[in-house]
Amino acid sequence: MEPQSCVKIKQEWDIVKARQLGRDIAREVGFGTVDQARIATTISELARNIYLYAEDGEICFEVSEESGHKGILISSVDTGPGIENLSQVMEDGYSTSGGLGAGLPGVKRLVDKFDIESETGKGTQIQAVKWLR
Amino acid sequence: METLKSDISNYRNLLKHYIEVRDEQSLYGAEQISKMFIKNNVPPEEIINLHIQALEELHPDMPDYFRHSMNFLLEIMISYGIAHQEHHSLREEQSELKSEIAMAAGMQETLLATTKPEIDCLDIGVVSVSANQMSGDYYHFLKGRDDSIGIAIADVIGKGIPAALCMSMIKYSMDSFPEATMNPKTILKNLNRVVERNVDAGMFITMFYAQYIPSESKIRYASAGHEPGFYYNAQTQKFEEIKAKGLVLGVSPEADYRQYERVIHSGDMVVLLTDGVTECKQGDRFIEIEEVLDVLNQYSDLPAQEMVDKAYKHFERMQNFQFRDDFTLMVLKKEADGQ
Repeated sequence: MEPQSCVKIKQEWDIVKARQLGRDIAREVGFGTVDQARIATTISELARNIYLYAEDGEICFEVSEESGHKGILISSVDTGPGIENLSQVMEDGYSTSGGLGAGLPGVKRLVDKFDIESETGKGTQIQAVKWLR
Repeated sequence: METLKSDISNYRNLLKHYIEVRDEQSLYGAEQISKMFIKNNVPPEEIINLHIQALEELHPDMPDYFRHSMNFLLEIMISYGIAHQEHHSLREEQSELKSEIAMAAGMQETLLATTKPEIDCLDIGVVSVSANQMSGDYYHFLKGRDDSIGIAIADVIGKGIPAALCMSMIKYSMDSFPEATMNPKTILKNLNRVVERNVDAGMFITMFYAQYIPSESKIRYASAGHEPGFYYNAQTQKFEEIKAKGLVLGVSPEADYRQYERVIHSGDMVVLLTDGVTECKQGDRFIEIEEVLDVLNQYSDLPAQEMVDKAYKHFERMQNFQFRDDFTLMVLKKEADGQ
């Protein structure tokens, strides 16, 4: 397993840093332009959630290999307020009804594997994997 | 992947042709491809990417600034792609919901089914059409063992599914009342209690309940805040309002209902309706009740069912075939004795 690379999200500028790092890794892994853009958008959404709702959190990347598949694992860990109703947040149209952002359902569509865990008052952990096609 | 390959070559050929001749035919081809993309749910960023690939094959000497600008455009399209997919899945969800509602509407129809009693002396016509898939109007006939006929017409304030659910409850309560209590004021009193206990405070039901007693040519009736009905006097050929006071069902647990009665003569009619009839609109203007009565008067020589059918057709057309509220109209026509 390759070493993790992480970006702490404190201010809006950090979202750009995370995108940059993620895109560089994605390019190295061999993703094409479209998937690079999707990975960057995924990172943006996850990082923006940390920036907006949690005091402390980071986005980490790992090159992932599973049964011959190569891909990128993006994880987001924060110690924010957590999400009380996950089903609601994962519902289409719930968080995007204002017309802004992709929301978590959008992120889920951008990647191949998506997992979220959250505990109220403790924080949220999200793992998203995009496989090389 | 196969289709993608043929897509690329298709797209490239079409693009090439267009750049060379700029004819309408290639644009028509573009339209076809675009439709196919939509059908196959291809996100916009893929299309931009396809465009970049095709251009690179056609013009390998493409300037860098142009290539960069295309990548920029691709990035712009990502969020549109997500929105597009969300739209797609919401649309699927919507069609699932629609078919569920259609099923529920079918069930409601079965649940609330009532048979128009066929009796010699009273000709009954009724038409009830819902504005949406499920109706908040309701009518019901009950035949008593003493040959009396109970006639209920009701309207839930509110429309759609909640109103429809409410009506099913009303119907089952009515079915469970013992026959001995089947006079209008007792029925309304009992129903009022059911509604008050079981229905959300914001939902009200109005009902007019009439009971026809053939041996006495008499109707008894009571109203729970329902749209007033009309009485047609065959001798004077005039309509008069049936005045009946009573509180809407579900407001107060202690409501009592006053019962009225009158003898009806041969040729006379009783007209019952819901506010979907009186709230018909012509353009921006609500129609006057006189217009409803004029229409009925016009057809008063016809059998009751034909009367209400013709009246319904009249208002349906007036409203451009689009009712805003559930529409229920009932005519009870006393026939000459011995007929």
